[in-house]
Amino acid sequence: MPADPFTLADLTRILLEAAGAEEGVDLDGDVLDTEFTALGYESLALLETGSRIERTYGIALDDDLLTDALTPRALIGVVNDLLTVSRTV
Amino acid sequence: MSTATVVVTGLGVAAPTGLGAREHWAATLGSRSGIGRLTRFDPSGYPAKLAGEITGFTAEEHLPGRLVPQTDRMTRLALAAADWALADASVRPDELASFDMGVVTASASGGFEFGQNELRKLWSQGSQYVSAYQSFAWFYAVNSGQISIRNGMKGPSGVVVSEQAGGLDAVAQARRQIRKGTRLVVSGGVDASLCPWGWVAQLAGGRLSTSEDPARAYLPFDRDACGHVPGEGGAILILEAAESARERGAHSYGEIAGYGATFDPKPGSSRPPGLRKAVELALADAGAQPADVDVVFADAAGVPDLDRAEAAALSQVFGPHGVPVSVPKTMTGRLYSGAAPLDLATALLALRDGIVPAAVNVKLCPEYGIDLVVDRPRRLGLRTALVLARGYGGFNSAVVLRAPAPH
Repeated sequence: MPADPFTLADLTRILLEAAGAEEGVDLDGDVLDTEFTALGYESLALLETGSRIERTYGIALDDDLLTDALTPRALIGVVNDLLTVSRTV
Repeated sequence: MSTATVVVTGLGVAAPTGLGAREHWAATLGSRSGIGRLTRFDPSGYPAKLAGEITGFTAEEHLPGRLVPQTDRMTRLALAAADWALADASVRPDELASFDMGVVTASASGGFEFGQNELRKLWSQGSQYVSAYQSFAWFYAVNSGQISIRNGMKGPSGVVVSEQAGGLDAVAQARRQIRKGTRLVVSGGVDASLCPWGWVAQLAGGRLSTSEDPARAYLPFDRDACGHVPGEGGAILILEAAESARERGAHSYGEIAGYGATFDPKPGSSRPPGLRKAVELALADAGAQPADVDVVFADAAGVPDLDRAEAAALSQVFGPHGVPVSVPKTMTGRLYSGAAPLDLATALLALRDGIVPAAVNVKLCPEYGIDLVVDRPRRLGLRTALVLARGYGGFNSAVVLRAPAPH
């Protein structure tokens, strides 16, 4: 495993830079399994967030991944899988 | 289509003369100009160096965090002004049916500053660094769209693009939609492109003043007229059918009583420019005679040929020195799509208080034969105002405002 996995804190920081935070939503709260739409992020916000993750970590996310039904836990999992692959090859 | 009376029930102002209608009106009556040397970027390498800037606007204080990364400055100002206008009208959008509310604004330039930043990233870092929000943040219709989304307004909406005339054309379109049955339309316009890319685009128009003296740079109807100073901002107005406004006990600033628009003949044509005809159409639409008009808010290009043409149109319709002429935009510069909505707001406040703002810095060229209000505001009984706007490329528009009937 790589020394620095992609964490919820990393995701939260990138989300805030990319798209800000919805009023009344606490990203520091228990949000791992809440869909991004319920957190106030529409498809364009996810596109921008995905793009920032890609260029920060040098990975390529699948276009189909960034759907409205995505949760932070699922996105973090995919990013870590890609990081593991890119660091072991 | 009905000819139902359409009234203005709320004003939201974001201008170099102030944030909020109250601050703007106080500065305007106090002849306090918002024109100065550009501070948003270093203008020293450009031929024009002055602008009417809005100071003291911090987007984060007015907008939710989700909207800040996806908006150009003009949209941030428009969203704040729309909030103020709705509050002024005592309208809570969540209490009205969403399809009963529309948004029709004007735009002359789109989101230049946002676009400039993203283009810089495109060419210096690569396409993967360009914000996904560039897809709409630059766009002419974005102010209408963001106001619509923020307030849940799903009725007839759109944007009108006819440079500075657009501010009146948008209000006319809003009136049309209300007459077709929409209860409330948010209208007006806000432009803000005081960034290097916006600046060179404006310079290309050839009408910017290159004077570096804020008191000498924008002098419409003056012998020393030398172009205009650009500014940023504008106004958002809440328009409603008079009947539904009355039903909910709303206060009315006045009626959008008449509108006319024309297009100039091509350069070199022997036909006259279209401004006079636009005025006559607006008066006829309002059922008003020239003698009914108590004050004119002029377009005031600050370019000698255009000033002469406007003065001639006014003299032809109203007679020499036939009506007081007000140019409060000498304190803001020309605001493009924001200019005429701001003039409408200012004119409605003038009707309310019976006072005509003075043009600052201008020494009237007597050959123009108009009664320009200079030096100090003039107290008058006011009932009817005419607002004029001309857009680069030949657009002429005129709106007649009428004070609310006394109770």
